[in-house]
Amino acid sequence: MEQFTALSVTKEKRPVRYLVVDDSVFARRNLARMVESFGGVMAGEAGDGFTAITEYNRTLPDIVLMDITMPQMEGIEAVERIVRQHPDARIVMVSSVGYQENILAALQKGARHFVQKPVRPDVLYEIVRYVLNDDGVLTGAGIGGSQKEAV
Amino acid sequence: MRMDLIQPFVSAADSVLGELLQGPTVVGNPSMEEDAYRRKGVAALIGFQGDIEGRIIFDLEPETACRIAGSLAGAEPPAAADDSVVAETLCELANMIIGNAVTLLNDRGFHFRVQPPEVHTDAEGMKSSYDTEAVVMSFETPAGFVYLNIGMRYNRRRKTEREAAVTA
Repeated sequence: MEQFTALSVTKEKRPVRYLVVDDSVFARRNLARMVESFGGVMAGEAGDGFTAITEYNRTLPDIVLMDITMPQMEGIEAVERIVRQHPDARIVMVSSVGYQENILAALQKGARHFVQKPVRPDVLYEIVRYVLNDDGVLTGAGIGGSQKEAV
Repeated sequence: MRMDLIQPFVSAADSVLGELLQGPTVVGNPSMEEDAYRRKGVAALIGFQGDIEGRIIFDLEPETACRIAGSLAGAEPPAAADDSVVAETLCELANMIIGNAVTLLNDRGFHFRVQPPEVHTDAEGMKSSYDTEAVVMSFETPAGFVYLNIGMRYNRRRKTEREAAVTA
């Protein structure tokens, strides 16, 4: 997998911490590999919306990558509950189902962005950078153009 | 069977397989399957309900399933098709294809809900009404052949037909 210029948090100068939420182990593993290629670390992972809320409260990640269709509690409801408790939560929806009503519902509940599966690493990198930049979270390395490095 | 409902699944499969397997896919001619479905190898099933109801079976020969699982995991192919990595990969791949097709159909005004994918282990199965009129599509990918067995019915038209029959 291609490597990207590492994104790091300005204040603490540490790697960005991610919470990955998806009921598919395959999808979580795939996203974890991308997170690693962005220079990030996994703060936690969850396979449903309920666990996502618990894991968010436990780990307080910098950003969440959240699937929509999941058992027990779907992603959009989990977003609503997390954002109600943590208005500054940065959540990016990652789903294969990308029709307009779904996207709008997620954004209305507080999600910051949406990316459709299959996820291209360069697209997700740009979205993560955009969302973190928007809050002034990123340090110099993450600000500017797309910065890929060949491994 | 309405091809305008089938086409989004074909487009989504072509696009997702091409993107993930990093190579060209060749879409074969559709064929009708009137008998009960017979599994070719490792299969995942996704059901859906709403304006359109039915199920899609995403079916791969065991060697192809192992090659695809290895390729997507960035690792050597699993030795056996019953490996959990193969099942996980297959379900997520099916999920992506169906999700992309649902997106296309939803934006055209068809509303329905998709169930989470499950591994389909029956060698033969589901002699339901969906199976009496199923379309089988094949996709030749760099990793081997992938089959989509699409069985569905369009509820909105059936409702309209019923209403027309009542008023006639």
